[in-house]
Amino acid sequence: MISGCRELCAFLQTSPLLWLAVTLLAYQIAYAIYLRSGRNPLVNPVLGSISIIITVLLATRTPYRTYFDGAGLVHFLIGPATVAMAVPLYTHTARLKKVLLPLAGSLFVGSGTAVVSAVAIGWLFGASTDTLLSLTPKSTTMPIAMGITEKIGGSPSLTSLMVTMTGISGAIMARGLLKLLRIDDLAIGGFAVGVSAHAIGTAYALQLGEVAGAFSALGMGLNGVATTILVPLLMRFVANR
Amino acid sequence: MVLALAALVTFQLAGEATVRLFALPVPGPVVGLVFLYGALIARGSVPDDLRATSNVLLQHLMLFLVPATTGLMLHFRRLGDEWLPIVLAAVGGTAVTMTLTAVTLRLLIGKQRTP
Repeated sequence: MISGCRELCAFLQTSPLLWLAVTLLAYQIAYAIYLRSGRNPLVNPVLGSISIIITVLLATRTPYRTYFDGAGLVHFLIGPATVAMAVPLYTHTARLKKVLLPLAGSLFVGSGTAVVSAVAIGWLFGASTDTLLSLTPKSTTMPIAMGITEKIGGSPSLTSLMVTMTGISGAIMARGLLKLLRIDDLAIGGFAVGVSAHAIGTAYALQLGEVAGAFSALGMGLNGVATTILVPLLMRFVANR
Repeated sequence: MVLALAALVTFQLAGEATVRLFALPVPGPVVGLVFLYGALIARGSVPDDLRATSNVLLQHLMLFLVPATTGLMLHFRRLGDEWLPIVLAAVGGTAVTMTLTAVTLRLLIGKQRTP
């Protein structure tokens, strides 16, 4: 029996099965609670899932690396899902073509605001220079943000924290904030969510329907490119003063 | 389903290859998205299989983001002394950005309609 337990432990440690199961079950629980709440954005399923998983990992003293290796299969699907965003975008091409210039204008404003507002608030409340640098790419997706922060000398660990908090808070506040602003056009709301809260915001927008999802995916992609160009330019401007 | 998945992964592969060949600062899947978009424009319609598979993947994007987002636990210590500016910059900055992006877009679309 005891040797059987050892064998089981050895199997679970080397197989991705355990952490795959934990990830899927945690998401099922978090998603069920989200549905039960009438899709209340405050009980965001991503936040719910990671709360459950982090609790399990801390309780079993499992390093994050071990967990991530196990849940890799789920993580891998971000790639094909990102490519799949071409489908809703293509479906709404006609609408998109009509508002190309307004989209470009609002992207310019949104991208600049994302960088400047984060740095301004951080500076106002006494963040160090190292922290301020790490805040700049916070509204872009993780791989883009990591590229930017490495280029300008920020801290990758702090940037990843910022990117995650930005996405989760954006997904949580989107419905209330857009309602407050009386934005009822899902294309406008979706685009704003994608620009400000990247993939986690877009995952939420996709739940609201294809139009919101398509424009959110567009906002996320365009803001990634815009921020990559904007941050080094702003840095040069600040350094020259 | 399998054919659509093969197509998505192949476009992703083409995206990743392009990013590396030309040292582009954007993620491979985003370039793959652009390629697939171009292919759909050229074809003129979305195959049913691809639409169904894409819907399934996109409805569960939240699930796919969970393993990477759990990495938050590695950085709790960073919050330390500077937790106030960090939290305020994340939450406040996102609210300001979402507001200004949405309001600007509404304004510009409104102007376009009434020239």
